[in-house]
Formats: sequence, structure tokens, C-alpha cells
Amino acid sequence: MDFSITADQRLMQESLARTLEAAAPLGRVRRFAADRDEAGADVWAALADFGLPGVIIPEEHGGLGLGLLDAALAAEALGRAVAPAPFLGAVAASVALTRGGSAEQQARWLPGIASGKVVAGLAIGEAVAGARDGMGVKASGGKLTGGALFVTDAMIADLFVVADTSGGLHLVAADAPGLTRSVVTSIDLTRRLGELRFDGVPAEPLAAHTLDAVRDAAWTLLAADTLGAAEVMIEKAVAYAKERRQFGRVIGSFQAVKHMCAEMAAELEPCRALVWYAAYAFDDAPAEASLTAAHAKAHTSEVGRFIARTATEVHGGMGITDLLGLHYWFKRIGLNRQLLGGPERVRRIAAQIQGLAA
Amino acid sequence: MDLRFTPEMEGFREEVRTFLTKHRDRYVGDAVRPREAALEWQRLLIDHGYAARTIPREYGGYGAEPDILKTRIIAEEFTRVGAPRGFANQGISMLVPTLLEVGSEEQKKRWIGPTLRGEVVWCQGYSEPGAGSDLASLQTKAVEDGDDFVISGSKIWTSTAAQADMIFCLVRTEPDAPKHDGISYILFPMTTPGIEVRPLTTMTGSAEFNEVFFTDVRVPKSGVVGGRGRGWFVANATLKHERGMLGDPNATEARLHALIELMKTESVDGRRLIDDPVFCDRAMQLQARVLTMKFNGLRNLTASMAGEASGMAGLVVKLQGCELNHQIAALAIDALGELGVLYEDGPHLRAKGSWQWNYMFDLGLIIGGGTAQIQKNIIAERGLAMPREPKLASA
Repeated sequence: MDFSITADQRLMQESLARTLEAAAPLGRVRRFAADRDEAGADVWAALADFGLPGVIIPEEHGGLGLGLLDAALAAEALGRAVAPAPFLGAVAASVALTRGGSAEQQARWLPGIASGKVVAGLAIGEAVAGARDGMGVKASGGKLTGGALFVTDAMIADLFVVADTSGGLHLVAADAPGLTRSVVTSIDLTRRLGELRFDGVPAEPLAAHTLDAVRDAAWTLLAADTLGAAEVMIEKAVAYAKERRQFGRVIGSFQAVKHMCAEMAAELEPCRALVWYAAYAFDDAPAEASLTAAHAKAHTSEVGRFIARTATEVHGGMGITDLLGLHYWFKRIGLNRQLLGGPERVRRIAAQIQGLAA
Repeated sequence: MDLRFTPEMEGFREEVRTFLTKHRDRYVGDAVRPREAALEWQRLLIDHGYAARTIPREYGGYGAEPDILKTRIIAEEFTRVGAPRGFANQGISMLVPTLLEVGSEEQKKRWIGPTLRGEVVWCQGYSEPGAGSDLASLQTKAVEDGDDFVISGSKIWTSTAAQADMIFCLVRTEPDAPKHDGISYILFPMTTPGIEVRPLTTMTGSAEFNEVFFTDVRVPKSGVVGGRGRGWFVANATLKHERGMLGDPNATEARLHALIELMKTESVDGRRLIDDPVFCDRAMQLQARVLTMKFNGLRNLTASMAGEASGMAGLVVKLQGCELNHQIAALAIDALGELGVLYEDGPHLRAKGSWQWNYMFDLGLIIGGGTAQIQKNIIAERGLAMPREPKLASA
């Protein structure tokens, strides 16, 4: 019985953090946010050198052959750095292919995904979080028709993982005939979203019942991203509270401020174990995977919102300025919360998974 | 991460299961003043290493090497079949570890065995009416007189004082020393003349606590543990054990399970409580928190198995665990609606009123053992290295 991450995993995370410090410092993130057409190719190239796009892809297909826990630790580091990178799509497509792809599909797609050359976008929002504005994709005779919103990295992706309205999963090449894409801009400018329109688009079906695994992996990575972003917000709030002086003393010596920091830490630290467990269960305790992924997504989102707000407040007026840049973490947490289902929606699914709700 | 158990551990689990099946008709639960059958069960548990497991044999324990995993397996298996785990009173959970850490050889030999076997019942004399969170300001004085101390003052929140044979008590022996250096930790019989115990009835309607008054209580100096004037440091070793006790994730998980069963079986207007989307959502929020604290507990367990400090993940357990227990009881009351306010025996009462009792009693646990606000100070100061509140010039 060992509930901890290994020394290798810790080293990987630290080394990734150093890579991100060099490749995606806040100044680089700001440029990505300011220029909506910029793809962030240099950041992705640095992460590809690291092997990150293929973190869970088997070695025979050019990946690192690690597990979702390793991917979650990486997502935590990306969240800490508010780094722009199409990582969620890479892992989701890896899961879709390894769990639901034929040997031929795996051989055709996985090496490209592992090298970072094939960027994958995730278009399962309607099937998981519900359809809005007439969206939803219908599959018929190997072709897709309809629309998908909140597709990750829609404008730069080469490949999409698309869920249809009956829960089937499909691979769609970005250059497939009948597919059009456009930008959707969210509050979080460190990530790119888009809208896809399908007009009889040829698609490759994946095995039935693959959607749940893709969803669980994506939920876990979003939770890990929030964990990382929220850690940084607490660190920044504590550092500021120890330095900022008012009424002749550092504000961190006032219990009103100190207790805000303690409450943030008390809420967030146990989330780490929840995220670890959900990621572990994905590979090693499949019966618990969906429930723990749902709770990780929903609970970390709730805690993330509390921390995003409280850490900003600890900074006083400076907290809301662009100069400080704290809002990048605030908004990152905000998108993670809503994407693929807000907490209420995800908890409803958690109840359904246990047979507690219809 | 590898949560599997080795074959050796699975074998140990099998041993515990066999024991529990074989002795099924001997289960007798805890009571402050145990009956003979409960004392027998306790002795049986010690003989098999399911209680007092790591206490050395010469002091009346089982004498096993510390093995956190086996301890956990024992806890899991006993919980699974609802077998009483032996006594968990303050003598066993707080005094015994303290004596093992700082007691004299004579004190260990004399007190640990009878305490483990349930023959000697203890109470804890720490808090005073004027010394709660600021425990070190306690004023109960012990004046030296030959081989004795003469004790005057009063204690409060003393559970089991009415039944206890003995008290482990903090008294001020050095009135002129700085407040943390003037305290001694002393053991003496509750039958000593000059001690008066008054039950302290709480909002639950029962007296879970007492007040204890000392008027010229003469006790031998030999009862001091860990050295005269060292009581503050001795007590802190003990409080560490108490905080570990409050916020046990297994108990919280069991309570959540009971809540969900309640919501599946109770109906209002013909609809099950769990089918109400608002209550279902609240139950799921609490389930997330229960799982979070359970996994956090596994993480802390792994850290202690490796001899590492658990850091922030350990500091938050009391604060989060006690609050969570309280919230589970709160949801049960809310979901029961008007039935939720019933408390005394009657045809409509559910679960013997235990949800209301827990809701009220747990508020006491949020306050006791270091209030939530003191816990937040500890988390901020030890966990986040934030500065202490500046002291007032007059204090």
C-alpha cells in the first residue's frame, strides 16, 4: 500500500516546471493572450522535446508509455504556469485511440500525436456537458452532421475526437470535406476554443463505450490543472501577505488575512490526494474511475473558485490589476470549472454513476 | 501509487477475519466504566494484538513492531463487521502515549497495564474556565508542602470525571516562572479529599462533560510526569494524539454511508429524499469531501509509514474532518424536514435522534481539541510560515 508519487514522478514534474519557466514565462503567456492568431508553437515544441504529448502513449507508438497519474502531474505543472498548450486534446486523443481505436488507427495516428506534430482537439462538450444553441453531432452512414462548441484548440488541431449525440466517438481529420471551424473566445486567453460545423463530414468511428474513458481522463486533467493554478494563487497570496504592510505591520499577521490563507490551504491540500486517486483509478481501479474523476472535477472546481476569489482579495486592489497578472490564474480556474460540465452537472453524473439518480 | 496489499498483508487480514468470526458472540462495546464482559473482550484483544498492539509487553501491551498498515487492516476489518475495537478512552489514547514518551519507568510499570486493560479509568484536567484556547495561562495552583503538592483551582470540559479513578492534570507549580515554564503534568486519584465533580449539561441534554473543583487537594509529588515545570511540553505531546483522534476519515465515511441509506429509504410526498435534486446535489458535495479526506488520510498514512512528516496534509485533518462530520449530520436533518427536529423518544423519531445529537455534539468537537480558529492559526503559522499575531505589550 503506497499512496504517494514516486521520486521519478516528482523529478519529472520539477523538470517540466523548469522547462515551462524557460518556454512559457508570464511574458510569453501574455503575448499568447494578446495575439489571438498566435499558435504558441514554440511552447508546444518545447513540451514535445520533453515527450509530453505522448505521455500516456505506449512506447511502441513513440510515446513515454506512462499512466494518467503522470499526465495529471504534468497538467498540474501546466496549470501552475498557466501555459498555453494543446495538452488536454493530446491525452484525450491518446485515450480515445488506445481504448477505442483499431491497431491500424493506433499505428496511423499515435506516433504523430506522440511527437506533437499532430495536434488533437476535443469535441465532446455536448455529450458530457449538454447541448446549447442547437449544437450536437449526428452520425449516419460514416458521416457527421451538426455542430460542436467549446472544442479545444479547434483552429490549430489536425485531428478531432468528436462525440455524437448517442455517445459514439469518432476521429475527424481537420481537412475533411464539409468541416468548417471558427473561433470561440472565453475569459481564459491562455487556452484556445472553437466551434466546429459538420456538413456530412467523413469520420472514422471508434469502439463503442469509449466516451466515458475520454471524459474521465479529461475531467481528471482539468482538476489537476486547477490544482496547479490554485497552488500558485495561494503561494502568491501568502507571499504578498508577508510583504505588504498596513497599520505598521505586515497584513499576514492579521488573523483576518491569515485565516483566509489557512482556509485556502485547508481546502486545496486534500484535493491533491483526490486528483492522484482519480488518476490512479483510471489505470488501476477501473470500477472507481468514473466516480472519482467526477468528484475530482467537481470538487476541485468548487475549491478552485473559492481560492481564485480569496487569493485575489488577499492582494487588495492590486489583485484585480492586469499589471499583477493574477487574473490569468483566476480565469484559467474559471474555464476549467465550466468546461465539460460545471460542478452541478458533474455531480448529477456522479449520482447517476452510483445509481442514486436517474 | 500502488494501493494493493502484499500477500503477507492479505494473510494478516485473513487472520483478523478468522478471529472476528470465531469470537462473534463475545463482542462487547465500550463504556466509561466497563462491565466484566467488556474487560474480558479487551483482554482478548490485547492477547491477540488487536488492541495495545505496539505497547511493549513489559507494560502490558502486545509488543508488536509498529506497523501502520496492520493497524489499518485491523481497523478496517473490525469496522466491517461492527466489532467493538476495544477501549478508546482518554487514558489509552492520551495518557499511555505520553507515559511511553516521557514517563518514569515506575510510572510506566504502574499505570500503563491497568489502563490498557480498562481497570483504571482516567480523566483529563487541562482546560479551565479562564484558560481555553490560551491553555498555558491556566491558574490551578499546586503549592509545594514537603513531599506533597496542595492543589487549588478548577477544571472544565472534563469528560468522564464522574467515573474516573485517576486524573492527569495540568497545574501551576512555579508561579514566578514564564507561563509556559511554570506548569507541571501530574497524576492523582479522583478519590483524594477536596475534589468535587459537577456534571456540565450541554445542548444535547446530557452531561458529556464535567466541572472539577479542587480545594486544598493534597497529592504526592511523585505523580509528576516528565519533570517539574515541564508540563506544557508534556501536554503538547498528548494534544498531538488527541488531534489525530478527532477527524478519523473511517468514521466520517461510515456516517456518509448512513446518510445515503437514510436518503434512499425515507420519503416525503412519496418521493425518496435522494430523488430531490437539491438534496442529492448536497449529498454528492459531501461525498466528494469524504473521499477527499479519505484519500488525504491514505496519503498521511503513507508518509508516516515512511517516517516522513505529513506537513500541510496532516495539519488540516482536524479542521476539515470535524466540519465535515457536522455537515453530514446537518444534511440528514435538512433532508428529514420537520422529522429532522424530533429528538425525544416517540413513534416518528428516526435513528434514535442521533442526527440531531451528532449535529450538536460535533459543534463541540469543532470547538474542542483546539478551536477551528486555533487550527487556522496553526495551518497559517506552521504550514504557510505566516507571522504570529504580535503580542500586546501588557500580555
